[in-house]
This record gives sequence, structure tokens and C-alpha cells, in this order.
Amino acid sequence: MSDVLDRAWEISPSVSVRPESFGALLYHFGTRRLSFLKDPRLLDVVQRLSDAPSARQACTDAGLADTELPSFDRALSTLVSTDMIRERQP
Amino acid sequence: MTTTALPLVEHFALGLDAPICLTWELTYACNLACSHCLSSSGRRDPDELSTAEAKAVIDELQRMQVFYVNIGGGEPTVRSDFWELLDYATSHDVGVKFSTNGIKIDAEAARRIAANSYIDIQISIDGATADVNDAVRGEGSFATAVQALQHLSDAGVSPKLSVVCTRYNIPQLDRFKEIADRFGAQLRLTRLRPSGRGADVWDDLHPTQAQQRELYDWLVLHGEGVLTGDSFFHLAAYGESLPGLNLCGAGRVVCLIDPVGDVYACPFAIHDQFLAGNVRSEGGFASVWRESDLFLELREPQSGGTCKSCSEYDACRGGCMAAKFFTGLPLDGPDPECVKGYGEMALSKVTPGAAPKPSLDHSHKGGVRGGPVPVTISVRRPDKACDENPLAGISSL
Repeated sequence: MSDVLDRAWEISPSVSVRPESFGALLYHFGTRRLSFLKDPRLLDVVQRLSDAPSARQACTDAGLADTELPSFDRALSTLVSTDMIRERQP
Repeated sequence: MTTTALPLVEHFALGLDAPICLTWELTYACNLACSHCLSSSGRRDPDELSTAEAKAVIDELQRMQVFYVNIGGGEPTVRSDFWELLDYATSHDVGVKFSTNGIKIDAEAARRIAANSYIDIQISIDGATADVNDAVRGEGSFATAVQALQHLSDAGVSPKLSVVCTRYNIPQLDRFKEIADRFGAQLRLTRLRPSGRGADVWDDLHPTQAQQRELYDWLVLHGEGVLTGDSFFHLAAYGESLPGLNLCGAGRVVCLIDPVGDVYACPFAIHDQFLAGNVRSEGGFASVWRESDLFLELREPQSGGTCKSCSEYDACRGGCMAAKFFTGLPLDGPDPECVKGYGEMALSKVTPGAAPKPSLDHSHKGGVRGGPVPVTISVRRPDKACDENPLAGISSL
């Protein structure tokens, strides 16, 4: 696993989040990139990021089990690599 | 990471709460008279949305979180409030990608575009040389487009170079790429539809079967480096899918708002049969998108019809609805350009002249100066052996 879960994040300022029945659509106005959150719980985690001290805490607050963390770690890493979420400065 | 019951593409097929993006044609007015114009543009419609009405539409798109609009026409830049509407949209969280033939893109316009990071511009050419381009788009239109590309390049804008693929320009694919590279542009290839005036020239202009294969191989080779607007999903039946959603998004993830506010299922389907409503009606665009009978019907599971038994149905899903409709083919059968050849077979059974005609026509009456010259030679005989009357041959109505 990466160390994404142990750091603090927020939704990038250029990103618009639109909830949909399957999860959400994310659009980055800077890169013109569209991303899909294919799980409503991932949307829940993403929306909790800016208030949580770490992504791991956001996952716990969203009610995820420890066994589910690796897949959420991968999903969040993808969002980091596409600048959908970015590290929050303390 | 997929705990949803359906693959994402199935969710799209069932429709979203709002379009991902939509096409908005701001005016039917155009300085050109391209022979394949999908909206039969030329003359402004007197009933086009006012500046205030257009801004109200933008407000609604912002509320619905429609991320961006593809603005076209007609030639959208000839609207006197064009830049005002662009600024209004981008300051209300609605990104703008607009298509133009370049007529209004001078140095100042290019600088203006460079200054707004929420605007993308695409310049249309349909030939990599003036002769191939101007035969379809009109005399001088290639030079105008190249001039616009130069202004954009000088201003540091990276535009898109938008090409409708035809029988005459598919041999020029590498040259289009060279032009795009020369101006720091991204190449975008899209499919010729038999929509609008395109219906009149489709038989002559649409790619041959061999060219479709050539195009497919070229697109696979260039991968995500060349954009296609998801318009060649019918070619997925050749093998691997091209980048994109690979489904018909009509009324499900995309739609068209035309200059008078009518909402159609897609930009290639300007016909009463695909008219879902009007943004001026009570409830506005949102209720058309969410509640119109047409869009709800399009979001029902599709049967696949006669294509269902084809081994490639899952790849191409029967192709393009508009292409079938305007060539007179049934909507639940093969695409006219079906790579398996079923479309050609079906076309041979269509009675000539039986295909539906577009509901609207805003074409210039009598064409425009330097407009494309139809290759069809008139077989009408002069009224008299030597008739100098300028009205000769015009029968009274």
C-alpha cells in the first residue's frame, strides 16, 4: 500500500463533484479530465477528506472495514495522480 | 473498487441526472454553406434565444452541474453577444468548447481566448489541402482556418483541429496530423453523418468500407493522441474498442440545444422524431432532460433488434441512431456503415427518396459567394433554345 491513507487531502479547487446514482462524476476544469467514482462510499470518503486528519480517518468515519482499505487506497491514489484530490497543507 | 451492480457503461445507457456535456448551437447563421452541414445552417432564425434567455440556460446548466458545453452553430462567433455569453458561462462554472470556421478569430480574439483557461476552441477543416477542403466548405475557407490557427498559435493557445472524415480526406490523415502538430493543436476526427445537408451528399462523401478499415487502423495506431468525440464506436466491431465510452449517448449522457431552444436527443438528429422539448417551456431544460417522454424512452433497455444475433453487437451496439434514421434504415437494425456489411445490404432495400428529411432548413437561399459547387450536373433543358431571361427555368409557385 502507498502512504496515501496516512496523509491529509482535499478536493482540488478546480474540481467539480456531481453525485450520481452509481457514485459521482468528477470534472477537473484545469485538465478537462472526467473521473468516475463507481461507489457511493468512495464519494462519501472523498467528501470527508477536507475535515479529516488523514484519509484513513475519513475511511473509518465512512464506516469502511479494514479489509476494504487496500482498494480505497488504490482508488484515492488514482485521484491523487490525476490531481482530483491534492495534499492539504496543515 | 466496483461494488455497483452494473458496469458503468450500463449506468450511462440508463441516463444520468444531467448530461455530462451537451451541444449548444447558438445560431443558425453562418458565413459558409458547407455541403455536409449537419444543421442545414445559413440564415439566422428570427426566434433564436435572446441574450437574457441564453444566460438563463447557463444558470440552469450551472445548477445541474453540466461541466461544459460544446458550442457550435451555424457559426457561433457571428452572434454579437458571443463573447459575452462565453464569459458568462465560464464565470458560472460551465466550461466552453466552441467550434468555429475561424472567420472571427483575429489576433485580439486569440488573446482573449488565451486569457480564459475555461475555454477550448476547435477550428474546422475538412481537407488537409485547400482543394479538398474548399470543395466541401467553400472557396477561401481553408485559408481562413489556417489564418485563425496562426493567430491562436501566436497567442499561445493550443486549439483542436476538427475534421469530418470523408472519402476525399481519409487519404490525408497523416497530413492533418502534420498541420495539427505544426500549430500545436490536437487533432479531432469525427464521423460524417447523413444529417441536415449531409443527407444530400452522404452517398458521395461517406468513406468506403476499405477506408473505414484504414481509418480504424490509423486511430488505433494513434490511440489517445487523436480525439474522436466517441463518434466511431461503430468501428469497434473491427476488434478492440477505440478510446471513449463507446456507446450512443443520445438523450442518455448528451443532447442538443438548438438556436431556438429546442432540445434534441443529439446534434445529428434535428428532426421532430428526436425533439424532446424546449428550454423556454415551464420547468426549463432540467425538466426536458429528466422527464421528456422521448428521453425516458431512450433510457429504456434497447432490444438490439436484428443486430442482436450478430457476434459484434456488444462492440458496436448497432451503431448510430441518426445515421440509420436519415438513410431510411430501421433504428433497431444495422448502421449504414456497419463494418460487417449488413448496412449496405439494408440500404440496397431502401426505396430511393424514402429516407426522412430534416425538419428544418436554414440554408442560404441561392448559396453564398464562393460556396461549394455541387458536382451534380443539371439535366434540365433550357426552356427555349436561346433564353436570356434571368428568370428562365424558375417555375412559378
